[in-house]
Amino acid sequence: MNRVEKLRELIDRLKDSFSADVQDVSFFRDEFTVLVDRKALFNICRFLKEDPDFRMNYLVDIAGVDYMPRAPRFEVVYHLYSIQNKHRLAVKARVGENETVPSVSALWAGAQWPEREAYDMFGIVFEGHPGLKRIYLPDDWEGHPLRKDYPLKGYKDQYNPFGEEKK
Amino acid sequence: MMHAGGKLDDSFLFTTLENVAEVLRNNPIVDKLKDNEITRKVANWGLTSSLWPMTFGLACCAIEMIATACSRYDTDRLGIVFRPSPRQSDVMIVAGTMTKKMAPLVKRLYDQMAEPRWVIAMGGCASAGGPYNTYSVVQGTDLVIPVDVYIPGCPPRPEALIYGFLQLMEKIKRETPFILEQRKIRGVK
Repeated sequence: MNRVEKLRELIDRLKDSFSADVQDVSFFRDEFTVLVDRKALFNICRFLKEDPDFRMNYLVDIAGVDYMPRAPRFEVVYHLYSIQNKHRLAVKARVGENETVPSVSALWAGAQWPEREAYDMFGIVFEGHPGLKRIYLPDDWEGHPLRKDYPLKGYKDQYNPFGEEKK
Repeated sequence: MMHAGGKLDDSFLFTTLENVAEVLRNNPIVDKLKDNEITRKVANWGLTSSLWPMTFGLACCAIEMIATACSRYDTDRLGIVFRPSPRQSDVMIVAGTMTKKMAPLVKRLYDQMAEPRWVIAMGGCASAGGPYNTYSVVQGTDLVIPVDVYIPGCPPRPEALIYGFLQLMEKIKRETPFILEQRKIRGVK
């Protein structure tokens, strides 16, 4: 049994244990993506980390995505990898503008900085993060620049005369 | 102490540098010398022959700046020696993309440098924002601090940086080196 079929079986087991919260499973180029409910995200991540067959002990990255006209506007993508079992999995959760996602920094300490990055660029709030503040931009920055409604050239100020006028 | 037209005595030999500077500052002969064309040229020659840039890089242009200082191009032969402190430097090379987060710090480093001081904007980003007409990048060093020489290129080759230094030297040779003292402009304490 090759690695992909093995992982497919494992994901079926995940669907059985979290049947209400796993909304969608997609497969593309030998990699699986699981769309989960944001409220169950922490429990699913803990299961993926602590289950002996999954053992996703390496959090590769956390990314934020803005699908602006769509109803739950944002998506948070967690790229997971298992160093022992050598399989990878992407976990997605949809977030609305005034909603929060549970922080997974209690499971993977390395999640702290990517979560701060997603907060800095998209304004996605991670509940339970030990110090959620901006990581790239200055602390007094207004707005979240990777949002679709943020102007590409930024707002006009003393350093950028070509930016958009602030409304 | 020696006064204008006075004699040297023993106390002058063991005086402090500050006393010497005070004598030179209030001396009509020295004031007259500062107006002299030859004195001006000699002082400018001294300034151009030992331009000390600050070791300070922002992005990939800094790599090219390092290459300029290393043995193949070797700025030391022109008297250009990189100094690790703004207090000891004459020239600031803004080498690379300046972000809005970095701009106040560049301004502070410039303020920490002593007069006379010059600024070289190295590369397209430092000159005018380069390809980054985006939300986070300062669209030119001249929006933050005054610039003397702009060097185009992405990044400029070491020859271009050396050419920029030579242009700056030509500029300094046309300057009036004692203008601050003559206009009684003193630094803010």
